[in-house]
Amino acid sequence: MKLSKIIAKSSEWLNGDGPHCHIVVTSRVRLARNLKGKPFPGWAKKAERIEVLKTAKAAVMQLPTMEDAFSENLEALSPLEKQVLVERHLISREHAAKGVGSAVVMNVAQSLSFMINEEDHLRMQAICSGLQLGKVFAMINHADSELEALLEFAFHPKLGYLTACPTNVGTGMRASTMLHLPGLVMSDQMNKIINSVNKIGLAVRGLHGEGTEAMGNLFQVSNQVTLGEPEEEIIERLKKVIETIIEHEQNARLLLVQRKPVALLDQIGRAYGVLSHAHSMSSKEALNQLSVIKLGIDLGLFPESHRLSVDELFIETQPAHLQKGAQAQKMSAEERDALRANLVRSKLKGLPEPDTAKITIKPSGSQENDE
Amino acid sequence: MQCDVCQQKEATVFLTQIVGGKMQKVNLCEACSKEKGVNDPTGFALADLLLGMGAAQEIERSPSGITCTVCGFTQADFKKTGRLGCGACYDVFAESLESMLKNMQKGSEHVGKAPPGLIKNRQLDAQIKSLQTSLEKAVAEEEYEKAADLRDQIRRIESGYRI
Repeated sequence: MKLSKIIAKSSEWLNGDGPHCHIVVTSRVRLARNLKGKPFPGWAKKAERIEVLKTAKAAVMQLPTMEDAFSENLEALSPLEKQVLVERHLISREHAAKGVGSAVVMNVAQSLSFMINEEDHLRMQAICSGLQLGKVFAMINHADSELEALLEFAFHPKLGYLTACPTNVGTGMRASTMLHLPGLVMSDQMNKIINSVNKIGLAVRGLHGEGTEAMGNLFQVSNQVTLGEPEEEIIERLKKVIETIIEHEQNARLLLVQRKPVALLDQIGRAYGVLSHAHSMSSKEALNQLSVIKLGIDLGLFPESHRLSVDELFIETQPAHLQKGAQAQKMSAEERDALRANLVRSKLKGLPEPDTAKITIKPSGSQENDE
Repeated sequence: MQCDVCQQKEATVFLTQIVGGKMQKVNLCEACSKEKGVNDPTGFALADLLLGMGAAQEIERSPSGITCTVCGFTQADFKKTGRLGCGACYDVFAESLESMLKNMQKGSEHVGKAPPGLIKNRQLDAQIKSLQTSLEKAVAEEEYEKAADLRDQIRRIESGYRI
C-alpha cells in the first residue's frame, strides 16, 4: 500500500459518527511500549535503533488487523507527507522530525497507527470519532496483546511497562478526546473548566497536543496519571469528566441562545460572511470561523446536509493538506492563504444564509419562564 | 505566548535545546528564566519542565555519579533530558525516581495490564498470600492437621511457579 493511496482516502474518524459526535470530534488511546533489554530510542545508537525498527516493524506487519497496511521509514517521506500525517493526528510532531531508524505503520482506515522509535520503541494508537474511549481502548489493547505474543516488552514487576519518560511508566497509556467547545469559549467559561480539569489529574491541551495553541475552539482532554490506576479505571474516569464537560457545553449553548441571541447571531453571520467572501485566509482564521459555522449547524441554523463538508474543511484548510491538494511542493504563506480562501468559498457555495428564525430574540426579562 | 513554567506571565525568553538529536522548545518569562538559570545553559535542566518543578533537584539528591551499567546513561543525562536510557535505568535511578513518581503519579505500583505470564504469577501470588493467612490462623488455633495440608498446598503452587 502506498502513502499516496492512504492520503487520497480520508481518515475514518472524519466520518463524524458515534455518541456525542457533534462535540467530541475524536477519541484516541495510545500505548507506549519498549522492547526488553534495548536502550530507548533517544539514547540508542543508530545501529541499535535500526535493529529495533526491523524487529518491531516486522511484528506489527504480521498482525492480522494490519493486513494491507501502509508502512514507511521516516526518511522516505517528504516533509509535506509527514505534515499531512501530523494534521490527521496519525503521527506526532516529534515523530515527524525523525529520520533514519524510525518508521510509521497504519491501516487503510487510519484508525490504527504505530510509530516506531518515537520517544519509545513503539507508540500505537487507535482513533475514532465521537465519545468511544472504551471502543478505541479495546482496539489498541487487542493489537497490543497480539504484539505481546511476538515481542517481549520491557516490564517491571512493580512499575509496569517501562517508558523513556517516567511520566508514561506503568500503563504507558494516554487516552484523549478532542472536544469542540465554542459555547464554553464564547461564554468565557473555558479557563474555569481547564482549572478544574487540571485539579483532578487530567490535562487540557490545544489542537496538536502539548504546547500548542487552542484554535477553532478545539481542546484535547487526556489523562496524566499512568501509574497506580488500572487502564479501565483511567478510561472510565476520563469518560465521566468528558460527559460533564459536554453537559456544560450544552448548557452554555442554551444560555447563549436564550440570553445573548444577538451576539450569537452576529458571530454566526460574520463567520458566514467571511468564509463565503474572503480571498485570503490564514489557517487559524479558517479554523476559528469554521468552528462558528459548525456551531450554527448544531443549532439548526444551517442544513445538516452541509455538516460533512464543514468538518472536512477543518482538515483540508490545514497547511499541508492544502498544499497536497494543489499538488505543489512549495508555496508561500500568501499563496496558501489565497488558495485556502478559494477552497472554502467553493466548498461552502451551496451553504444557505443562516436561518435566523431558529433563534428567537425575545424582549429582555422574558427568559425566566423558559425552563 | 505564555510562560511554560508559571503559565501566567508572557514568555520573553525562547529556549531551544537539542537533546539526543531531538529539538525541545521552551518558552519562559523573564522571572522564571532567571530563576531557572537559563542564562547558563549548562545548569538548566529540561527534567524540570518534563517532570514538574523540582524534578532536577530530586535527581541530584541521590548519590552523585550513578551510571547505568547496562546502557551507560548517567545521572547528569537524566537531569538534562528528563528521560531514561533503558529499562534497567529504572532500577539504577530507583531512589530519585521514587519520590518523583510519588509526586506526579497516583501510586507507586502498577496495577493495570501485564504480560500474560506475569498475570499468572500475580494470581499465584494472591493465592499463596491467602493460603498463608489461613495457615497462620490454623497454627494459632492449633489445628495442625489443617496447617500441614495448607503448607503442602503452598509448596505445590510454589514449585509450579515460573518467572
